[in-house]
Formats: sequence, structure tokens, C-alpha cells
Amino acid sequence: MAELDTSGGGKKGGGKVRSKKASTRVDLTAMVDLAFLLITFFILTTTLQKPKAMDLVMPDKDEKTNQQLPVAASRTLTLLLGSNNKLEWYLGETGKTAPTVDNYGKNGLRKLLFEKSKEVLQATGKDMFVIIKPSDKANYNNVVTAMDELNIVGNQSRAIVDITPQEIELLKRDGLY
Amino acid sequence: MPRVKVARKSTAIDMTAMCDVAFLLLTFFILSAKPKTEDPVKAEVPASIAKEAIPETDYLIITVGGGKAFFTIEGDDVRRETIKAMADQYKIPFTPAQINTFVHTESFGVPLSTLPQFLSLNPAERIAYKQPGIPVDTTENNDLWKWVNQARKANALLHNKDPRVAIKGDSREEYPTIKKIIMTLQKQHVDKFSLITSLKTVSK
Repeated sequence: MAELDTSGGGKKGGGKVRSKKASTRVDLTAMVDLAFLLITFFILTTTLQKPKAMDLVMPDKDEKTNQQLPVAASRTLTLLLGSNNKLEWYLGETGKTAPTVDNYGKNGLRKLLFEKSKEVLQATGKDMFVIIKPSDKANYNNVVTAMDELNIVGNQSRAIVDITPQEIELLKRDGLY
Repeated sequence: MPRVKVARKSTAIDMTAMCDVAFLLLTFFILSAKPKTEDPVKAEVPASIAKEAIPETDYLIITVGGGKAFFTIEGDDVRRETIKAMADQYKIPFTPAQINTFVHTESFGVPLSTLPQFLSLNPAERIAYKQPGIPVDTTENNDLWKWVNQARKANALLHNKDPRVAIKGDSREEYPTIKKIIMTLQKQHVDKFSLITSLKTVSK
């Protein structure tokens, strides 16, 4: 089927009748077709890329062991995650400095983290400590983005902490809650 | 002038090598295949730069989407051990057939009270069944807490290892839902866990 008869015209005349030699070739076309079909099927059904995971370590909630280290407010940056993919940040203690509204993204949060960590390092000689406080109006993506930006900047001292009513008021005032 | 005769060549191509390659690839894909498991809920995971892949074995996944939580236990042996432990602990009589069905169900999202009925459905009905999600709340003894607890015990018993707990959340999911799950995990001192994300390239 796959081979065309390319031999010349048939021999004419007499001659010895020879038994026809059967070709040992097997037509593999159909087999190859099938093999590729199966390959395609298996490629499409397998998960080629394993999902990636970001590690998250939460502070221990155990009330009995209270071994929290005090961190100086001067080198603490607090991020309040509000609604509409916006966040607020302030350096230092709550209420002392007015929070600034910012967005996620490389010109927003990342730039802020870069600048502030440099400032804090110059002023105190220590790494900046970042506290992420997601409000109830923030979504999961915001939290992951904030953690991710910290990974990009290379900040390892951070924590996710519950938001306080006082801070919710701040978000409400700026229309992010 | 004599006509130049073009030699007629055979149009047959030797397929042997191609066939060999095709079957080699086929064997590779069959052996490395792990069937794609359909999540019961659509979860579009957020992107991050994290490059670490979740381990091949010894992990639990909590899928969150649309306010519902679903639980995935990796490994048939761990699933079997977990359901047996759950049956013992909370006095739920499972038939051997129901246990077998559970062992072959990758992820599920039904409350403990309706799990036996869910497992008795036939496969087509089970797919069509709208799973309400595993109840999660802020109290000590919610269903998810029980499942994670027993699955961790089963995994430790069988593989001598505490499984890694991963959260696969939809990026539009509201934070309070995620917070409840994190609190549930922290109630049993799982303070370190993974968030499943898709890979994002850093834009500089």
C-alpha cells in the first residue's frame, strides 16, 4: 500500500517459474501513526510542570510561650492591605505617622520596600522589619503579592499579623475598607 | 539525443527508526505520566517568584475557591489509613466499599456527616454532585481540623514524616477565608506551610 510498484514491465515469454520471494519488510506506517497518537495523548494528559510553592511561616500562636522579641518601632514598616488592590503603609508606631496609600507593583510596593529598607539600614544599621496586616477586605492575591515583593527585595524579617480596629479606622478614612 | 532516463526510486521510506523513536517517547511518557487531577473547584493561583516545587510525596493540599475548602491527601496508603482513623475516632461506620471509594478519590469537599452518603454514590453521580466544601470555622474542632490532624498522624505512621501542608487558594478569594484555614492549621501547630503559586518572572 505504501509502496508503489516501480518495477518495470512484466517479463514476457517463458522461463522458469520461480516461487515469489516474499518481502521481509513490514509496513510500519500505521504503527508509527498509532505511536504518535498515543504520545500526543500522554503529553496532553500529563502535568508537565509541578506547581510551585511559596513557604510561609506564621508566628506561633501558642499563648503559653510568650517569647516575642521586641522590635524597635523605628525600623518597623507596617503594611495595611485594604480593598481595591490598594494598601497603606507607615513607618513606626500606629497613629504617630500618617499612613500613605500605595499600590502593589514595581513602582509602588517594591520601590517603597527598596527605599525604606535602605533608609532603615542606614539609620539603625539593622534590617527593616515588615508587618503585613491584611484587612478583611483584602484578597488572597494581595497577601501573596506582598509576601512575594518581600522575597524579591530579599527581606526575611516579616510577619503576617491580625489587623487592629484602630488600623481599620485608618483604612476606612482613606476609603479602602 | 538520447533521453536521460530518471531512475525511478522507491517511494517507501524506512519507518523502522521513526517507529523506534516514537515508541521510546511513548514509553517515557507512559512511565512519567501522572494523570491530571481535576480540582473540584476552579482555583486560579496567584503568581510569585517562588521556584521551589512541592514535594512528590508526603503532602496535603487544601484547595480554596469560592469560599469552599477541599482537601487532598497524597498517597493511597495514607488515604486508607486516614479514613480508618477518622472512622475510629469519630465513630462513623464506613463500609469497605466506601473506604475503597475514598482511597481512590483524590480530593473531596463534603462535611464529615454526609461523607458516607457521598461515597455511596456511583462515579457519575459523584462528579455531578455539588460538593459544599469542608466546614471550616474558628473553633477548635472543625471538620478540616480533624482531617488535617488525622492525615498528619497517618502520614507520620506510614512514612515516618510529617507531611507538608500546602494551601492552593484562588487569587480572588477574600482573606478571611484563608485566615480561617491558617488558624485551623495553627491550632495544631502547623506554623510552616506552603502557598501554591504559579511562576512569575521578575520585571525589573
